Formats: sequence, structure tokens, C-alpha cells
Amino acid sequence: MNNNLFVQWADQTPQIRKNILQMIAKAQSGHPGGSLSCVEIIYTLMAPNGVMKYNPKKPLERERDRFVLSKGHACPTLYAVLSAVGHDISQDELMSLRQLGSRLQGHPDRARLPYVEASTGSLGQGASIAQGIAMSYKLDSLNHRVFALLGDGEMQEGQIWEVALSAPHQKLDNLTLILDYNKGQIDGPTNKVLSLDPLTDKWRSFGWEVSEVNGHSYSELYTALSKKSPRPQMVIAHTIKGRGVSFMEGNTDWHGRAPNVKELELALQEVAANRQIGLSN
Amino acid sequence: MSGKIATRKSFGMALADFGEKYKDVVCFDADLSKSTMSILFAKKYPGRFFEMGIQEANMIGCAAGMSFMGKIPFICSFGAFLTGRFDQIRMSIGYANANVKLIGTHCGVAIGEDGHSQMGLEDIALMRSIPNMVVLQPADDKECREMVEWAINHQGPVYLRLTRQELPQFNMDKFIPGIFPQLKMGEKMAFLATGGMLEAALNAAEGLAKKGTGKNPAVFNANLAKPLADNFMMNLADKYETLVVFEDHTVMGGTGSAIAEWVSQNAKIPRRVIRYGVNDSFGESGTPEALLDKHGLTATKIENYFS
Repeated sequence: MNNNLFVQWADQTPQIRKNILQMIAKAQSGHPGGSLSCVEIIYTLMAPNGVMKYNPKKPLERERDRFVLSKGHACPTLYAVLSAVGHDISQDELMSLRQLGSRLQGHPDRARLPYVEASTGSLGQGASIAQGIAMSYKLDSLNHRVFALLGDGEMQEGQIWEVALSAPHQKLDNLTLILDYNKGQIDGPTNKVLSLDPLTDKWRSFGWEVSEVNGHSYSELYTALSKKSPRPQMVIAHTIKGRGVSFMEGNTDWHGRAPNVKELELALQEVAANRQIGLSN
Repeated sequence: MSGKIATRKSFGMALADFGEKYKDVVCFDADLSKSTMSILFAKKYPGRFFEMGIQEANMIGCAAGMSFMGKIPFICSFGAFLTGRFDQIRMSIGYANANVKLIGTHCGVAIGEDGHSQMGLEDIALMRSIPNMVVLQPADDKECREMVEWAINHQGPVYLRLTRQELPQFNMDKFIPGIFPQLKMGEKMAFLATGGMLEAALNAAEGLAKKGTGKNPAVFNANLAKPLADNFMMNLADKYETLVVFEDHTVMGGTGSAIAEWVSQNAKIPRRVIRYGVNDSFGESGTPEALLDKHGLTATKIENYFS
């Protein structure tokens, strides 16, 4: 049954990638590498019949599962997914990314766009905000879950390790952090800039339930993110920076540069042709 | 109530009292609850109190998250440690206009022996640079209590600057944001004293008037650094030739700077503003009395300065 669902999702994904690329190209600035690496992760959470329980028709309902994009620079993906799943963000508005007056700021701004749970972009802070939302649900004895997506460069921030220590102590079984482990950051490969390994051991020793998945596989993501645990969860999603565009894949030069007209054309052809990414194992 | 009381204690008692009426109020501390006096709330409402351990940055983020769920979080630490996490406050609270109340205790050189690392001396400068942030500094118990309730009802971030040392009661008018309560009439010169400086400034002004120095300063309690109220400030600048702002805080960017900026930009007649505080230097260890004396923040020193 789920396989059919994942085929449907995989069918939707090229349009999301296309929007991301067009938005960044139009703005002539942004972060394609880390946006393309987390498409399947965010879509698994928010897609129709996805992991998160919420009503897209009542997106600001108080009681619902919530998602914090802690790696705020990947917001084109969040905006494109929100638009795809029925929030009132039109195709035209998507193309206003990074323009003066737009709700779609270069990094998420919850004061302008209430569908983003937190104003992020200064790395490390979204994880704490997600923890606070999870604590609030516990305080009110509500069973909703809270997810936050982190970057691997972001995991170098001390504040992430404050959350690592704190959330198990607070017994937050409703909190799931997801690492978009695309192995690259602005100055180069993450293991050259500041290695995170052994990552699974670290989080496990802090008291987290840790899963490792292929971050482009809908079935693996769905299984890991649906799992319940008595402990807070860390889902390490192995991804490829720039996924879906051959000349961007694994190349940290594409962390923060926009494609030109020719590059955009090539990239759009590639993403349109590839409806198999989310079905990879 | 009579007798002296530290505003940190006034805060702790007030929050514990208001917790009954305002059920959405929650409180966080980072291992200083016995010093910030948030312990009084913690004892009464253990389920609504969060001991975060020594994690100020995480505390700020968690409080922001909780505020997005409709809670009214108070986050407590020494002012130095709290405002030292400037980027977390700037982004997670300020930019998001999160409904979080920041309680900074142990402000000023008057904390004494612990020395510079524990002294909030730049906290006002930092907090008032953040849009949306209201910056308040009560001068006694009653005013602190009124500010706590005002902050609960205000939608948006508030920084409340509190003292470690005990302060006398002044029997002032009720707190209205932007209106500085007046404690002494006078002419030509107005002393605008903040928080723990009010008693010294008042005594100095009375001394100057009695001793026939030709000076008879009016005295106001400058209980707010941001946002200043235009009408009130205009009246002040119309009426007094010289405004002196006293603060146990660096003169760089504090309440004195806020008032000097307002006056230089808006006063109809050019007026002199004297920023009287810690002159761009670090704190150090010593008794509170010795430190206040060294920085000129006593009634005697103030009186001598203006004689």
C-alpha cells in the first residue's frame, strides 16, 4: 500500500525541485545544494498521508504536529513543499523569494509567514525552539509530535549539543530531530571543516533513539520518521548535496550560488526526467 | 510594605503571586533560581517551572518555542549571562517577536565581590538595540511588581533589569510605560535616575538644594530605556536645561544614551544631557559600597560632582 503512496510522492517531487531551482534562479541568490538534499525529508513529513498529522486547510491550528526548519537556508524547499501541499502560497508568490516585501524571506521569518514555526538562519537555534514546542505539548498533556531539520554544518554549533543533553533529560519522546547529512558546508566537505563522526555513537550516548536512513528514500524516511520511541529521536538521513542535478551533486560550490540561465535550463531538464529519486533504496 | 528589598526578590514574589491569576505564565531558569528568586515560582508551580541547567542559549530557544504555543515564558538568569546570548535573543525572540519576558538580575557594579564576570553592565545597551524589545528597570518593590504584571499583559518581548542589592521603597505613582515618576520638584536641572541609583540621586539632589549651591535638581525615576514616550520626553526637554541620567551600567549605549539620542534629535531647544554611570570600564571585585564609590555612584560623589 505504502509503495503506491511513495510512487505518488515521487511523481510530485520533480515539480518541487523545479520550483526550488526556479525560485533561486529568479532571485539570483540562495542555497541550491542544501535545498535539493532535503526535498524527500520535508515532503515525507508534510505530503498528503505523510508522517505529520495536521490539517493543511487549518495550518495554524494550535494542536498539530509541527516542523521547524532549523537549517533555515533550505527554506526554498520548505516554501515549495508548503505550496505543493495546499498552503496559500501561489506559484507567483514562490517566485517572489528574496524580493523586497516578500513573505518568502531568504531565511524563514515567522512574523511574516506564520506557516514557518520559527525564524531561523542563525544556525543551532531551531532545535531549541522545537524542544520548547515539544515541552509545551508535554506541559499540556497533548500527544503531538515536533520535528526539526538540521544541517550537518549546523551540528557543529554548541547549541545543538545543549539540546542533545537537555531533551532526553526532559523525557521528550515527542521530539524528533532529523539531520540532512549531505556531508558538505560552505567551506568544503564537513569531515574536512570539522568532523562530526562518530555521529551515531555520540547521539546514542546522549540518550537518543538513533536511526540511519537513505535520506532520498521515501520508504526508509517514512519508516524511520513514523517510529515511536520512549526517547527523543535523531534520524540521520544520508543525503547528497544538490540531489537531482548532476553538476550540483556533491559539489560544495553549489552550497550558496544560483544557477545562470543556461545552468537552470540544464538543471530543469534533469529534474523533470528523474521521477525515481524518492524510490531509491 | 516598608523596609528595603532587592528587586530580584520583588520579582520572585510577584511572579509567584501572579502565577495564580495568569495560568499561561511559565518560568525557566539556568541553575540560578535561588539567586534570581525564580525559586519562589518554582516552589508554588513546579509543573510550570523548567530548570534548564546551565544552558542559557537553549533556555532562550525553548522559551521562544513555548511562547509560540501561547505560553508566557519568563526566563531568568544574571543579566550578564542572559544578554550575553545576544544572537539567540536577537533571532529566536526579537526577530520572531516572541512573547518572552527576560529577567536579568545582578545588574551593575553594586553586586560587589563576585566581580566583573557576574555584573550586568552592558545589558541595556544590548537589549535596546533589538526592535520589539521593551527595556524596563524598576526602582523599588511596588514598581517591580507592577512591571511584572504589565509584562505579562504586554504582547512581545520585555527585558526587566533587576538588582542584587536591597532598595528602599519610594511610594511612587503607578507604572505607566514612558512616564517617569517624579520624586522631587526642582528647576533647570533634572536628575533622571535608574533602578538602584534612585536613592543616591535623590539624596544628592536634596543635599544640593539644602546647601545653597544654587542648584535644585528635580528628580525622576527613569524606569524605562525603551521605547521612550515622545510627549513625556518633549515636556522634560522643554522644562529642564540639563538632564543628568544616572545608571549603574556603562554609559555606552545605556539609558543615558537613549535619552541623549532622543534629546539631540527631537528637543526644540538644544539641551545638555550628562550620562553619569560606569565610564567605559570593566567591573571588578570589592564591596558594593567601595565599587559604587569608585565609580562615583554615591550621593556624596554625585553631590560633589555637581557642587
